[in-house]
Amino acid sequence: MTTQTATDDAPLLVAEGLGKNYGARIGCRDVSLEVFPGEVLAVVGESGSGKSTLLGLLSTELAAGAGRVSYRMRDGELRDLAGLGPAERRLLMRTDWGFVRQNPADGLRMAVSAGGNVGERLMAVGWRHYGNIREEATDWLGRVEIAADRIDDDPRAFSGGMRQRLQIARNLVTKPRLVFMDEPTGGLDVSVQARLLDLIRSLVAEMGLAVIIVTHDLAVARLLSHRMVVMRHGRVIETGLTDQVLDDPREPYTQLLVSSVLAA
Amino acid sequence: MTSHHTGEMPAIRYNFAYLDEQTKRMIRRAILKAIAIPGYQVPFAAREMPMPYGWGTGGVQVTAAVLGPHDVLKVIDQGADDTTNAVAIRGFFEKTAGVATTTATAEATIIQTRHRIPETPLGEEQILVYQVPIPEPLRFLEPRETETRQLHALEEYGLMHVKLYEDIARHGHIATTYAYPVEVAGRYVMDPSPIPKFDNPKMDDCPALQLFGAGREKRIYAIPPHTRVRSLDFEDHPFAVQRFAKPCALCAASGVYLDEVILDDRGGRMFVCSDTDYCAGRQAQGHRGEMAAPAAGQALDVMPGLDPGIHGVPPVLPAQGVDGRDKPGHDGVSDRVGGAGGMP
Repeated sequence: MTTQTATDDAPLLVAEGLGKNYGARIGCRDVSLEVFPGEVLAVVGESGSGKSTLLGLLSTELAAGAGRVSYRMRDGELRDLAGLGPAERRLLMRTDWGFVRQNPADGLRMAVSAGGNVGERLMAVGWRHYGNIREEATDWLGRVEIAADRIDDDPRAFSGGMRQRLQIARNLVTKPRLVFMDEPTGGLDVSVQARLLDLIRSLVAEMGLAVIIVTHDLAVARLLSHRMVVMRHGRVIETGLTDQVLDDPREPYTQLLVSSVLAA
Repeated sequence: MTSHHTGEMPAIRYNFAYLDEQTKRMIRRAILKAIAIPGYQVPFAAREMPMPYGWGTGGVQVTAAVLGPHDVLKVIDQGADDTTNAVAIRGFFEKTAGVATTTATAEATIIQTRHRIPETPLGEEQILVYQVPIPEPLRFLEPRETETRQLHALEEYGLMHVKLYEDIARHGHIATTYAYPVEVAGRYVMDPSPIPKFDNPKMDDCPALQLFGAGREKRIYAIPPHTRVRSLDFEDHPFAVQRFAKPCALCAASGVYLDEVILDDRGGRMFVCSDTDYCAGRQAQGHRGEMAAPAAGQALDVMPGLDPGIHGVPPVLPAQGVDGRDKPGHDGVSDRVGGAGGMP
């Protein structure tokens, strides 16, 4: 067995017994999961089922009440994220990770040009050559199908779909290994959604990204994900390969979820 | 009867240099900490001063805390000794501390300044006190104070370059001409207060102690003598200072910062030294610019030849953007929003 297969077999992110309460209410409870390099994991469930809380815990944006999250660093070592210092954690978040938010205004700097938005991460990791930053930004705008002559426009002049694509470019420019996505197609009309999903799917395959995507839309999960996790009342009630879960749901709740969607 | 005393105000006595000794002690502690951590903004309990915020309350408190009875004080406002802000603050310390004052840079031991560094090189025995409207260089990039502190603590300054990137993207060059961010001693990024970027190189390896006071924002920071101060830039867009096409019209000095003075309503204008003391000194030595009065019989004055009010003329932005000034009393917000200002 070569070293390459050894790393591919090892999980990138491991969550064990994760839990969080909001006062007396349960945000999520006893969630354990693993994400492997290059794998797309969908977290599905209805509103209020704890999906976004789980995403917050996995990305360390929320402090866990119980359990822990470990991440395999680029040196191959699996480390407990709670044990990282703030400097290390922030470096991880702006280099090795990406976070695509439902509302692009939360993930973009709306008063900064598209080029500046894409270039910010590069400058944060020490790029100091304007020409190179611009070239890289132009290249990435092309990859997310934004015309090069829009590079100096700010995102306020962009449509919803363009903003979302810009947000993706901004996150992928440092070639992360893991991207968190919170309802990335929410609020977009159906044709724009389809194009965006296509784009995400090709980028994920091309870059070998691992993705944890939260969605209530089973069609999105079907199109993008390899495996899925079904949540209800803050717990994981079913996991499995996406096709398997959607075509042959075991839990009554999952059956209800699947049957309530038209042609998922 | 003693009724003839009725209605007379009791004599008001101030402590030396206005502030009480405990307050000065508190400010000195902040100054010492600021010197120990070059470029780091030290919070201090700024007092109400008998002048409005935006007119140098921070600088005045720092000056009051470092001033001794044998000091010689110079106060400049945009390079000039005779503008309202400079005259008022100089008068304030004449009255409350009784110290000697001067307009000559070389004679002063403490120089309080608003928005300029004198042209005459400073020496080891001098202290330069800056009046600072907004001490946080990341303020208009990141509105949360908790977050900017975190960024300083972790030395995350990528955001500062986003602003410079935006400048180049919009204007083809770094269009920030004043309050140009610097890195101090290889660590903290600092706002040098709204001095023109022309003055930035003077801060590097300066033999004088440089102190910065922000009264409304309650921050003090410092550059100790002989400290490395580097202006931020890009490798392919290196930092450069403003250049002027012609020398000073009064003293023929070149390589100094010039103010534009509008002479009439037909486009007549002249460029003269912003540092009035420097300009007067050169004229005293016999240097004559193209618009100076003839040397014969000229009385020496602090002010260069023309009407002393010339520096009070409202500044007009020249096309090349060399004017680093902002308007007295408006040091708050509106004049500081750069290309990337007002971001979320």
